Amino acid sequence: AVSLPFAVGQCGNQVGCRFWDLALREHAAVNKKGIYDEALSSFFRNIDTRSGDNGPDIYKGKICSLKARALLIDMEEGVVNEILQGPLRDVFDSKQLITDVSGSGNNWAVGHKIYGCQYQENIVEKLRKTAEHCDCLQCFFIIHSMGGGTGSGLGTFVLNLLEEEFPEVYRFVTSVYPSGEDDVITSPYNSVLAMKELNEHADCVLPIENESLFEIVNKIHQMINSGKLGSTVKQNSLVTSSAGSAKTLQEKPFDAMNNIVANLLLNLTSSARFEGSLNMDLNEISMNLVPFPRLHYLVSSLTPLYTLADVNVPSRRLDQMFSDAFSRDHQLIQADPKHSLYLACALLVRGNVQVSDLRRNIERLKPSLHFVSWNQEGWKTGLCSVPPVGHSHSLLALANNTCVKPTFIELKDRFMKLYKKKAHLHHYLRVDGMEQSCFSEAISSLSDLIEEYNELDATKGGPRIDPSRLKIAV
Amino acid sequence: MSIVTVQLGQCGNQIGHEVFSALCSDIRGTHGLCSKKENESYQDSCKERFFCEEESAVPVARAVLVDMEPKVISQALSMAASSGLWKYSSRSHFCQKQGSGNNWANGYCVHGPRHKEAIMDLVQTEAERCDRLGGFFTIMSMAGGTGSGLGAFVTQCLRDAFPTSFILNHVIWPYGTGEVIVQNYNSVLTLSHLYHSSDGLLVHENDVIHKICAQLMNIKQISFRDVNQVIAHQLGSVFQPTHPAGGGSGYSRNPLGDLMETLVPHPEFRMLGLRNIPQMPENSLPYSTFSWPGLIKHLRQMLIANAQMEEGIDWQVRPPQPGSSIPSTNKPLHFNTSIANLVILRGKDVHSVDLGSFQDPSLYTSWLNPQDAFNAWRTPRAFNRYEKSAALVSNSQFLLKPLDSIVGKAWNMFASKAYLHQYTKFGIQEEDFLDCFTTLEQVISSYTNL
Repeated sequence: AVSLPFAVGQCGNQVGCRFWDLALREHAAVNKKGIYDEALSSFFRNIDTRSGDNGPDIYKGKICSLKARALLIDMEEGVVNEILQGPLRDVFDSKQLITDVSGSGNNWAVGHKIYGCQYQENIVEKLRKTAEHCDCLQCFFIIHSMGGGTGSGLGTFVLNLLEEEFPEVYRFVTSVYPSGEDDVITSPYNSVLAMKELNEHADCVLPIENESLFEIVNKIHQMINSGKLGSTVKQNSLVTSSAGSAKTLQEKPFDAMNNIVANLLLNLTSSARFEGSLNMDLNEISMNLVPFPRLHYLVSSLTPLYTLADVNVPSRRLDQMFSDAFSRDHQLIQADPKHSLYLACALLVRGNVQVSDLRRNIERLKPSLHFVSWNQEGWKTGLCSVPPVGHSHSLLALANNTCVKPTFIELKDRFMKLYKKKAHLHHYLRVDGMEQSCFSEAISSLSDLIEEYNELDATKGGPRIDPSRLKIAV
Repeated sequence: MSIVTVQLGQCGNQIGHEVFSALCSDIRGTHGLCSKKENESYQDSCKERFFCEEESAVPVARAVLVDMEPKVISQALSMAASSGLWKYSSRSHFCQKQGSGNNWANGYCVHGPRHKEAIMDLVQTEAERCDRLGGFFTIMSMAGGTGSGLGAFVTQCLRDAFPTSFILNHVIWPYGTGEVIVQNYNSVLTLSHLYHSSDGLLVHENDVIHKICAQLMNIKQISFRDVNQVIAHQLGSVFQPTHPAGGGSGYSRNPLGDLMETLVPHPEFRMLGLRNIPQMPENSLPYSTFSWPGLIKHLRQMLIANAQMEEGIDWQVRPPQPGSSIPSTNKPLHFNTSIANLVILRGKDVHSVDLGSFQDPSLYTSWLNPQDAFNAWRTPRAFNRYEKSAALVSNSQFLLKPLDSIVGKAWNMFASKAYLHQYTKFGIQEEDFLDCFTTLEQVISSYTNL
């Protein structure tokens, strides 16, 4: 089953670039014989280039030329051009790119209304072409940031399009939320306007915050430098660097940060691509983690973030991986799931981990976690045999937890600060199709969402009254 | 008579593969501990039942493999083929790409009707390969989407297409603390639907088998493969050939029919539990000796006290005193009342074993004669290297508590309406859920009032 990533905007494409690089390396490490297999086909097509660049698809046999199944969309050319000149240039062809020159000026309305309208047909056509090459299209991934104009505006426009054109295909969105100190002044506007679209049209959203990524990257850097426990970061560990050198962490922090997000997507799709004793597909993630349609925001954490020198890791290190997955400083947003309320939790383990390890850790960690009364055993688990490159095992935890609430509340506050003064509104309102009501509806949508989380939080720690069962006449 | 096995979903296909491996390994073994003639008869009977020996060099399993994603079937096919001892037919599987998303409604309402023809064609082909069809054995988990939802649909199709054949559903109950969050919904939907089309539900609970792996098999890092191998061993101990209850020298020709006849006298009571003794790591076998009286005593107490294995049995539990009429509410606590039991003995000196203790009327409800409520199958041919082994298939209150627990949790979730939109999207409405809850509460009530 195919997952189709769309990278929209600068951030989206930079993450996307890391993602394709890591995906190729992961498959290269696993696929020693160079045969085009089911796992590869979920992200790549196999083209016979002897008939030129538009050769026919080869479905079986040796790998000839791999092309990524993707659409790269940006309203500036810089990032996409860099990709096309870099080591990934042969993985994409021009038919997968949609670019413009002037950018969206950090304006959601420009991205959504102007470019959306302008490129709608182009996008739909390329989308249909790409989908045609897919045997079984299961899921779309949109990778974007919320704070700018293209990723945020055009990205959410694409989200709408996907729902219209392919209503049965799941829509997963990886959204990078702006921090408080974001240098784009209008990022709260862009984010809240985008949030409304995510509320209404996404199946699952994985929010990410740069602050968290930055902290994680720093922690890894510290671990390397401290030489703690004699641990060394393996050269080919995919978490830390693209060039293979850990020293570049300081020079190019965004690269390392983007690597984390790229790894998130790789791990998320690992069980759909590779075998395991308990497979977990993307549609299962949506099914199990979204109890009510609008509550589809999932907090993610990836552990371990560093490799240890020894490959045969004794059980207690394994258990540490599970503990870390629930700790505040391993989450990809600024959140503390342990002290908030879980609606549902998924654990996707990769590598040499068996069901007893999983059970032992769930039993151990359960007592310190708060689950909603109607889902006390709300665990979804998956075991994938193939570990990520450079690790012997790894864990991805996805939590539907009320700890996302503070992120949304802060966003709302920042929005209101600007909105009350009507600061910068004219940049948006001058765009055709934008009215004040767009703003009021958007903030209303966000407020409603926050309220739903509030109601759930109110039930936390309350008395548990099980509803009475049906009575049967004897 | 031959049995056609239908493997459904990841669990069904993983277990199915282990079952055929175990059966094959058992008949190839030289530890039959019986006469050569007996051994040959056993092997022939097993092969007729489970394998087809057409033109191929190795036995071909009589199985249809169904899954909505390709990886597991692909693995099962290649593992079987590479064993060199048996294999699956290359044309007996059906798979798709997108999976069922753990959604029972998707499996039942969408995949079922869409792929009915293709799947039933495979079943028909396999059934026609049998000289005499003894019935169907389906393997599925009830926690996910394919095994559970598509499995329920396929069972209905089997019933419609083969109205006079026996259908035994082997159902795996998931770990209590979650493999799948919506597992209780999927379970309620599966069990209630199977109740209407199946002849019997033979249940294995992951929690129970896990304990066996940990405490009896001494496995440190238990994998699903370990769990599945224990399950396969237990199934083999029931379905490998035996001599019929009434005696006679030949091996029984109709195992599924005999099983249903002895164990499911009333359609309201279809839940069958399975216990096996002894169970131990393979390398301990040469150092262990067993006596039949000891094994039988333990097995009986496992039945009465509802013990999951031969360790930790509560010996305090006793059946109610005979002679007095006891309303069910006054029966001793923790006592497991049976409707019917079947004991299967394999190995040395089986014919000398006294099973009178299992015919004690106080073990059973009053509405069957004890002679009808209890049956025994035997064979002197040892199973899977165990010099002596006994299996118990029981229609009793074994599964009452776990069933009640599953229904309770599902109801709790249902009351909050969580996840319902995922099911209504594919065609299962709230009223459908209510019907299923009602069916199962009825089953719970019936078993409680035994």
